[in-house]
Amino acid sequence: MLSVETVTKWMELFGEQLTENKTYLSELDTAIGDGDHGNNLARGAAALKEKLGANEYEALTDLLKDVGMVFVSKIGGASGPLYGSAFISMAKASKDNDSLELADLLAAGLDGIQKRGKAEAGEKTMVDEWVPVVEAVKNNSLTTETIEEAVEKTKDMKATKGRASYLGDRSIGHLDPGAMSSSLLFKTMLEAGVYDGK
Amino acid sequence: MMANKPGILLVSHVSDIADGLATLLGQVAGDVTIIAAGGTEDGEVGTSFDKISAAVEKFEEDTILAFYDLGSAKMNLEMAIETTDKNITLYDTAFIESAYTAASLLQVDVPVEDIDKQLAELKVK
Repeated sequence: MLSVETVTKWMELFGEQLTENKTYLSELDTAIGDGDHGNNLARGAAALKEKLGANEYEALTDLLKDVGMVFVSKIGGASGPLYGSAFISMAKASKDNDSLELADLLAAGLDGIQKRGKAEAGEKTMVDEWVPVVEAVKNNSLTTETIEEAVEKTKDMKATKGRASYLGDRSIGHLDPGAMSSSLLFKTMLEAGVYDGK
Repeated sequence: MMANKPGILLVSHVSDIADGLATLLGQVAGDVTIIAAGGTEDGEVGTSFDKISAAVEKFEEDTILAFYDLGSAKMNLEMAIETTDKNITLYDTAFIESAYTAASLLQVDVPVEDIDKQLAELKVK
């Protein structure tokens, strides 16, 4: 169910996962990027925890907006504006819309990411994680496997967007760090009960 | 008194790069306000929305020409542009060459429309 309560739980779990996987995410990023993905996200997670701890939310839109602003300000790098735009875009979609479906909310998030990063599916970015997940939520078929398979698929892709694109063919054979961190986002979404197949 | 010339904003992942480029431009454009926003808030390699926004607000000029090095700098710049009332143009052009060109032309009061034409040739991203 999509509610302030479940989304708060979601963000707490996502933050924990980012902190736990800080080294791993930075290792993935070292292979094909600038090696700071895990550190940046962990810094965002710490700031998010503080923000959520200091505020009580009544409206989902306010919660999502704060998450977005914390990510923009505190993560930095490319993932700050990307995750930030996702959540700010979701905040806009949920404003004055109590009957919003999760699929529409996530589609708004994906739209925010694509407007900011100008990436399409198949370019070895977090978009390659978001597109299949949004589709599966729409079709009521999201599972942990969907989430994991989407990350795995980035391995054989050649990066044409983002820092890894400078490596050209040499980016093939590595998992995309942004897709990996987004997979943590969606796994914790399942765990927090935000997605209930409706 | 002459109206303020447009200013130049330089965004790089490394503060030394942004500051160094500002020094280079200063040689040819002593009357142009040039502000650098390089690196993260704690001086690390990266770009920061907060730092760029703060730099934007430092300008007395309402019109700003913005140059950046790599993609994520652009995204943070775009977000800063969306949250200010100032009129900022973002150039997807070769960082050093285009900023230098713009600075030289602003110094001698070439209109921005003409600068745009010259910068178009330096588009690399």
